[in-house]
Amino acid sequence: MAILKLENITKRYKDHVAVDDVSFQVEPGTIFGMLGPNGAGKTSTIRIITTITGPDSGQIYFEGEKLNKNHPSRMGYLPEERGLYKKMKVGDHLLYLAQLKGLSRTDAAKKCKMMLDRFGALEWWNKKVEELSKGMQQKIQFIATIVHDPVLLILDEPFSGLDPINSGLIQDEIYRLRDEGVSILFSTHRMDQVEEMCESIILINQGKNVLMGNVDEIRNENKQHLFSVRYKGTLPTTYSGGLELIKQYDDKATFRIPDQDTPNHLLQFLMGAGCEIHSFHEILPTINEIFISKVKGMSHE
Amino acid sequence: MNNKIWIVARREYLSRVQKKSFILVTLLTPLGIALFSVLIGVIMSAGSNSDQKIVIKDETGIIRSIASEDKDFPYDFSDKSFDVLREDYSSLGYDLFVHLPALKDTSTMRISASYYSNEKPSLMMLEGIESRLGDQVELYRMRKSNIDQKLLDSFRANISLENGAMDPDDPSGTAAAGKLNIIIGTALGGLMGIMMYLVIFIYGSMVMRSVMEEKLSRIVEVMVSSVRPIQLMMGKLIGVGGVGLTQLAIWGFLLGVILMVVPAFLPGGDPSQLSDMNAMPQVNQESFDGFSGKQIIAALFNIKWWLIIPVFILFFLGGYFIYSSMFAAIGSAINEDMGEGQQLMLPIVFVVMIAFYMLFPVLSDPNGTLAVFASLFPLFSPIIMPARLAFDPPWWQIVLSIIIMLGTVWFFIWLTSRIYRVGILMYGKKVTIKEMIKWLRYSN
Repeated sequence: MAILKLENITKRYKDHVAVDDVSFQVEPGTIFGMLGPNGAGKTSTIRIITTITGPDSGQIYFEGEKLNKNHPSRMGYLPEERGLYKKMKVGDHLLYLAQLKGLSRTDAAKKCKMMLDRFGALEWWNKKVEELSKGMQQKIQFIATIVHDPVLLILDEPFSGLDPINSGLIQDEIYRLRDEGVSILFSTHRMDQVEEMCESIILINQGKNVLMGNVDEIRNENKQHLFSVRYKGTLPTTYSGGLELIKQYDDKATFRIPDQDTPNHLLQFLMGAGCEIHSFHEILPTINEIFISKVKGMSHE
Repeated sequence: MNNKIWIVARREYLSRVQKKSFILVTLLTPLGIALFSVLIGVIMSAGSNSDQKIVIKDETGIIRSIASEDKDFPYDFSDKSFDVLREDYSSLGYDLFVHLPALKDTSTMRISASYYSNEKPSLMMLEGIESRLGDQVELYRMRKSNIDQKLLDSFRANISLENGAMDPDDPSGTAAAGKLNIIIGTALGGLMGIMMYLVIFIYGSMVMRSVMEEKLSRIVEVMVSSVRPIQLMMGKLIGVGGVGLTQLAIWGFLLGVILMVVPAFLPGGDPSQLSDMNAMPQVNQESFDGFSGKQIIAALFNIKWWLIIPVFILFFLGGYFIYSSMFAAIGSAINEDMGEGQQLMLPIVFVVMIAFYMLFPVLSDPNGTLAVFASLFPLFSPIIMPARLAFDPPWWQIVLSIIIMLGTVWFFIWLTSRIYRVGILMYGKKVTIKEMIKWLRYSN
């Protein structure tokens, strides 16, 4: 059963449709990426999931139940725009946020200390938030998001403003949580991270669902039938059977094969022409390329 | 769910009360007010105590002879000729020269004199000279008619409505409803009214600023996923209200201590004690004309504090919630620009100012039509009703006023929370009141 399921969600504001008939579902223990350019409707969608606002139409199910106001306590939401009370002490702040998530004071204290320790930041307990660097504050916010053991984590640009070391730390934590069975809804612009981390994605543009599915499948479906070859010798000057040389540089060359053809045909052709093949692999489009082509295509409509 | 309101309120309360500045402000404010009133007193009296030197050329032959009997007569007389004085009065060290020409008829009503001065004298100073000189002429004429000063004094009567009973069956009536009580009631009513007025702005703007900060620093973004906006708003209102109550309680306690300690010094006590010697005549001079410090303290203890204090606290909270909820809504609607806030605040400021200015006619007629209306109308009642409390308003008015006020509190919290929940997540748009009214209709 999907942990989160959106069915035909629509949200209208006075002058525009922020979310237009969006449907997707997040499977337990997976990382689900939500992509889209600025203003695509990602934050609006997240606010509907966290019951900050309600949809105009459509249904949402959380763990199979119709979404209600008690569900957000089982979610952890790290908003893109996030702040902390500057004058508060780190420990007090974490306790406060944890208590608001429903933890008792003693449980919250135990949990917050444990989490700070895991991030190597226990000595910050009595420091004021304003004494911390921006990256440190980000860590505190991340801890506050997961302190109450949510089953669904909603992370909006969780790595913005973090250095590579802290980025890696948070990334490892996300993987750890996923392996423990937590589901993660991950919203970002960083396509490399999406490819690296997400099993499935949805691409939203202008409030609409543009593309959805498993990352590998999407890349396969959008492939241009391109193959990269490293070779020794000389390439043939003419090609038959629809084979096409796209580009060539040093000992590398890129070929396109016809839709229905197999790569074996290309290999055979090249070997027959006396080329010595050192490597041969398919070039799949990156999510970034797919993203750009889809979004551009829409804005030209 | 309501548990969250208390968690928020607790943080809002503790984060303010634990600050050093809170303790400092709470203790220093009464001191500041005391200093301020002394300063105002000094400024007010500075005008009347003129150190200007005045010289008079008296050709009537009346004033000088009479005035010479009065050791305190403040002006100098000169025998020099009119022309010399007119030319040289300032080089002789005088600021003003008054010339009284000889009278053709000593019994005339109008005596016209002239004055010469380098600077324009104040109206108060001229009137002072006129009455001083007039007094001398009056005295002269009385003597001339052989009227004895003692005889004249014996005609005088001074009626003073010191004691009065509103309820003839009330044995304590004479003491409880006397003039002194009315003076104290007016002072107390004015004090409570002004305090409510200050409370609305001080704590209201505290709420507004804090809402604005949470919005601009994007803390709300984090908060709203765990707390409903109305819980966040209510928690803040309750927390800041608690700060206000704490402050009031401390001030009330300090005032109580002063009231308990001062009477100990009053009944004769140690005459060498300076505070005693200084305090007594001052109290007697000022507005409490003729009442002893002891009487005043007794009257203060006669006030129905058991009724006034709880009702005042109720109105304090009611007024606080009505206005602070509006300030919270404004705080949620504005962006970086405080100017926007001031614009939106204008209608509130306007209403509170009206209530404040109503305080004065209400205190002079505390059971009149205006007073009754203003103490029932919920936007005015938090300021007006406490001011009337010391005048024993009918109990049904107090109860009705509280009921209307509580209903209004509920209504405003409902209304403003609908604006608040939209406002806190709305960025970068200049918001008008019209826009805020539209938010009321948003479904979610």
